[in-house]
Amino acid sequence: MSIRSSATEMAEALARKEISAVELANQHYAQIEAVDKDVHAFLHLDKAGALAQAESIDKKRTAGEKLSPLAGVPLALKDVLVQKGVPTTCGSKMLEGWRPPYDATVVTKLKDAGIVILGKTNMDEFAMGSSTENSAYGPTHNPWDLTRIPGGSGGGSAAALAAFEAPLAIGTDTGGSIRQPAAVTATVGVKPTYGGVSRYGLVAFSSSLDQAGPCARTVLDTAMLHQSIAGFDPKDSTSINHAVPDVVAAAKKKDVKGLKIGIVKQLSGAGYQKGVENKFNEAVAELVKLGAEIVEVSCPNFEYALAAYYLIAPSECSSNLARFDSMRFGIRIGDDGSKGAEEVMNLTRQVGFGREVKRRIILGTYALSSGYYDAYYGSAQKVRTLIKRDFDAAFEQCDVLVSPTAPTTAFKIGEKSEDPLAMYLNDIATIPVNLAGLGGMSLPCGLAEEDNLPVGFQIMSPAMKDDRMYLVGGALEAALLSKWGKPILDFAPSLVGSK
Amino acid sequence: MSAISREEVANLARLARIEMSDAELDHLSGEMQVILGAVARVQEVASADVPPTSHPIPVNNVVREDVVIPSLSPTDALSGAPASSEQRFKVPQILGEAE
Repeated sequence: MSIRSSATEMAEALARKEISAVELANQHYAQIEAVDKDVHAFLHLDKAGALAQAESIDKKRTAGEKLSPLAGVPLALKDVLVQKGVPTTCGSKMLEGWRPPYDATVVTKLKDAGIVILGKTNMDEFAMGSSTENSAYGPTHNPWDLTRIPGGSGGGSAAALAAFEAPLAIGTDTGGSIRQPAAVTATVGVKPTYGGVSRYGLVAFSSSLDQAGPCARTVLDTAMLHQSIAGFDPKDSTSINHAVPDVVAAAKKKDVKGLKIGIVKQLSGAGYQKGVENKFNEAVAELVKLGAEIVEVSCPNFEYALAAYYLIAPSECSSNLARFDSMRFGIRIGDDGSKGAEEVMNLTRQVGFGREVKRRIILGTYALSSGYYDAYYGSAQKVRTLIKRDFDAAFEQCDVLVSPTAPTTAFKIGEKSEDPLAMYLNDIATIPVNLAGLGGMSLPCGLAEEDNLPVGFQIMSPAMKDDRMYLVGGALEAALLSKWGKPILDFAPSLVGSK
Repeated sequence: MSAISREEVANLARLARIEMSDAELDHLSGEMQVILGAVARVQEVASADVPPTSHPIPVNNVVREDVVIPSLSPTDALSGAPASSEQRFKVPQILGEAE
C-alpha cells in the first residue's frame, strides 16, 4: 500500500491493521508538504483536527468496534462546505478568516463515517469558474502540467487527487465543477442527482443547480464515498426522500451486456478538440466490445443550454450573494464611524468580491430586473423545460447518455481569463445535466494525441438512477485499465514528492 | 443585439450594492454587451406555449418535524461578526443616512 493506492485498498490495509489512520494521514501530509507549493490544491490544512479524528478511529479499531468501510481514509474537502471551527473562504476575500460555527450535513456524514478531513481545497471564488483562476488566493496548477489549469471550480479537489495528496475528495457541481476538473486531471467525479446529497452547509451559488458530490481516482472509490454522503436530509428542503441507489454494487458489477447507451449528437463536432473526440470514440468502441448497444440520440435544445445557464445561475447568485453584506460575518471595509451601513456594504462588496463574481451579480441583477425579466430569466426557464423534455425523450431510447466531459484538454493558466465567453464554453457538455437535475459522471478515457493530456468521458443518468453511471463507469474503467496496462495517473509526469 | 449602457451598468451596481470605479464600469459595460448578446439566444426558442421550469425536481412546502433542538450559543452565533456588542451584531448607522 502507498499513497498511490486506491481508497478501497487503503481501507483494507487499515482494516488489516497494516497501517494506522494516523500514519496514513501523516503520509498524506508529507506528500502535501512536498508537492503543494507547486500544485496549490489546498487553502487550509487542519492537521490537528485530522490527526485527532485519525487517532480516535485507531482507538476504536483497536478496541474492536465496528467501523464504516472508509473509516480512517483521508479526504480533501472543497472550501465551499462549512466545517465547524475550520476556516471556510469559498476562495473569496469576502470570507477571509471566517470560521463557521456549524458543520455541513456532508461534513457530519464524513465525520460519522470516520473519514479523516485533511483540509480545505482551492476553488474559483464562490464556485464561479472553470479553471480555479478566480480564487482570491491564487490558482491551482494541474499536476499533469503545472502551467495548465486543473479545471474549475473544484480544481483544488481534483488536483489533490491527481497529485496523491488525498485519495478522496468532495466537490460541488453547479454547471460542471466536479466533472470538468475530473476530466482534465484524469480523476473520477460524480454529480449526483439533484437532491441526492444534502446542500445544508454548502455555501449557495445557484440553489436550483448546486449539488455536492464525490471525487476519487477510481469508480469504486467514488461509489464508496457517494454512499457515505448521500441520503435524505430534513435540513435541506430540496433533499429527495428516496433510498440511495446501490452505487457500490453497480460499480463492482462490470457488466454492460445489452445496456443501451445513447450518444448525444449535439455534444460533439465544432468546438471539440480532435484528440478528445478520438479518445471518446475509442471508449465507446470498448463499451461495444463489452456488449453494450449504441444508439445516437438528438437533443436539439442542448444548443441553448449554455445561454440558459448563464442567465439562471447569475440570477440565482445575485440573490444568494446578497447575504455577504458585512453585517454578520465576513470582512467589513470602511467602517470608520463616519459612514452608514449601506456605504460600508458597497465598499465591502467592492473589495470582497472578485471580477467574475461581480460580473455574474450584475448580469443576474439585470436578468431579474423589471422590464427584462421575461426576455432573459423567464426565457431561460422555458429553455430549461425544453432541455428536460430532450432528456426525457432520449431516455426513452436508452439507459444512459454519454459524451466527452469537456470540449478540450486542460488549457494554459491565463489563456482564457480575459475572455469570459471562451471560459464559459468549457461547460458546454456538462451544463444540461444540471439544468435537468440529473446525474453525471466523468471518468478518464485516455490522453489526447495532440498534447498527451487527459480526456474525460461523461456518463449521464436519469434522476435517482445514479447507479447506472457507476455500472457503465466501472465496466469501462476495467476495460481501459487492461488496455493501458496501468492506471492512467501512472502516465503523468512525476511531481517531486510522489517519486 | 441587446444594448446596455454604462449608466445602466452603474445603476445595476448600485442596486447590487457594489461600489465600482470608473475603470471597473468601463470594463464591465463592454463585457456585459458581449455576454448579453450571447445569452439572448434563449429567446429564439422560448415560445409562449412552453411552461417555465424554476426547479429540477418539483417540491413545495417542505417542513421538518417541529422538535426543539439546541441552537447556536450567542458566542458561536457572533463568532464571525465583524463587530459585536452586548451579545448583538454591531452594525454601522442605518438611520438618518443621506438617501
